[in-house]
Amino acid sequence: MSKPLISVRGLTKVFGDFTAVDGINFDVAKGESFGLLGPNGAGKSTTMRILAATSTRTSGTVEILDKDPEKFGPLVRAHLGVVPQQDNLDGELTVSENLYIYGRYFGLSKKFITAKIEELLEFAQLEEKRDVKVESLSGGMKRRLTIARGLVSEPDILLLDEPTTGLDPQARHILWDRLFRLKEQGVTLVLTTHFMDEAEQLCDRLVVMDKGAIMAEGTPQGLIKEYSSKEVLEVRFGSDRNKEVAPQLSQMCERMETLPDRILMYTEDGEKLLEQIAAAKLHPTTSLVRRSSLEDVFLRLTGRTLIE
Amino acid sequence: MSKWRAIIAAVDIGNPLFYLIAVGIGIGVLVEKGSGTSGTNGIKYIAFIAPALLANTAITGVMDETVFPTIEGFKWRKLFFAQNATPITGRQIALGVYLAAVCRAIFSVTIYYILLLLFNVVNLGISILLIPIAVLGGGAFGAIILYFAAKIEKDDQFFNILGRLVIMPMFLFSGTFFPLSSMPIYLQPIGWVSPLWHTTELGREAAFDYGTSGLMVVIHLIYLFTLVIVGVILSRRQFERRLAK
Repeated sequence: MSKPLISVRGLTKVFGDFTAVDGINFDVAKGESFGLLGPNGAGKSTTMRILAATSTRTSGTVEILDKDPEKFGPLVRAHLGVVPQQDNLDGELTVSENLYIYGRYFGLSKKFITAKIEELLEFAQLEEKRDVKVESLSGGMKRRLTIARGLVSEPDILLLDEPTTGLDPQARHILWDRLFRLKEQGVTLVLTTHFMDEAEQLCDRLVVMDKGAIMAEGTPQGLIKEYSSKEVLEVRFGSDRNKEVAPQLSQMCERMETLPDRILMYTEDGEKLLEQIAAAKLHPTTSLVRRSSLEDVFLRLTGRTLIE
Repeated sequence: MSKWRAIIAAVDIGNPLFYLIAVGIGIGVLVEKGSGTSGTNGIKYIAFIAPALLANTAITGVMDETVFPTIEGFKWRKLFFAQNATPITGRQIALGVYLAAVCRAIFSVTIYYILLLLFNVVNLGISILLIPIAVLGGGAFGAIILYFAAKIEKDDQFFNILGRLVIMPMFLFSGTFFPLSSMPIYLQPIGWVSPLWHTTELGREAAFDYGTSGLMVVIHLIYLFTLVIVGVILSRRQFERRLAK
């Protein structure tokens, strides 16, 4: 295996008496799509700002393209594309002006950027908005422009912090499609998310983070296989009865989680389990059999749900 | 900034122009009736206040162009974080904001100087030194303000405090409308620390041979350049630190 593009060892970041990132290790290989999955406050954004060669670390080592980002900030940043959690486009400028100015920050030539803008406008599906002020764009358009802006310098690594948070489902799907294309083109992606469906769709490999630490690492399927069962049966008896029936239900499956509004039962065969419950004369008001997801992995690892 | 040239000119020049007309001509009549030009070292009253108003134009222009873009860059729109995600460093961003503000001062002061020529307050010649002197004064004040603007985490009271407790007293007590020495001694220190007073004194000397001693000219210059250097160094460091958090 060739040398990883990103190598992180014992990375720690402390703000005052709060430890945001607590000794994490991971590598990202060339062409890989790598995810940091975790709830808000898990330390994902802090980690991303350190990877972006802008924030300093408290201890540990980080190597990006064989260089320490703290010592060679501008040099490392020249090879990165950064999409922050909050769009920070210049609202007073137009779509194409934003791309142009940003390209100039990288010291790129006028000629190169002018040609690149055409390509990026097409990629971001913003050709018709090229001369429109950024202020008047929709949230999804701004997000796509921010991603396009991050690509203006043809980066080796694209860092995306919560790329689809705050977008409606349709805008999310368009964005996923665009990111998937980048992945196919061989761009190395590093992204944070608290959406398990996003992580499953876009990540080849991911780490699950909670309270600044890495709880598990693997492929989405690998993690599900390791930390959860094949299927999940969700049953609801109404908030009062959930607790009542819980002891009885727990006899029937390998593992169970009682949430405030529903009970999750982990099993290899959901339908069969549901029949068993009916045979025991317990009648749930609603029931649902589904595949295990990363949400279940997270619940197993931390005892909490991703979105609270 | 390039998009707002007309508004910048109106804001930076309108206000001091009103002062020039109202105070310079209006109150000037009273002043000269009372004591002739003996209180102002033989200079017409309107000419006496002109260098101060010119310096104030530079100061307010630089202030606008350092305070707002800095708070916007760190807080409101976080544009600095976008710039810092490229090879550009925090130190370069600080310097960029500062130089843009100085450019605005050059622009506004030049227009105001031309107006002073048209009003016949100054004669074209050595008085052209008023331009670089006013820009230096604006730059001295702006360098310090840039540092404080970059330190602000909560912006709610900053503008009120800056406007009412810094800009206004500085404007009134820096020998703008009367020689600083006519104030009681315990009020004079406001002028001594104020870049406006140093700039105004230099301007009067350059334009009208006001009778300032060579030593004082050197002191004024050293004070203003020191503020520029210290302010720019502190600002660059503060920008870098804040972006690296």
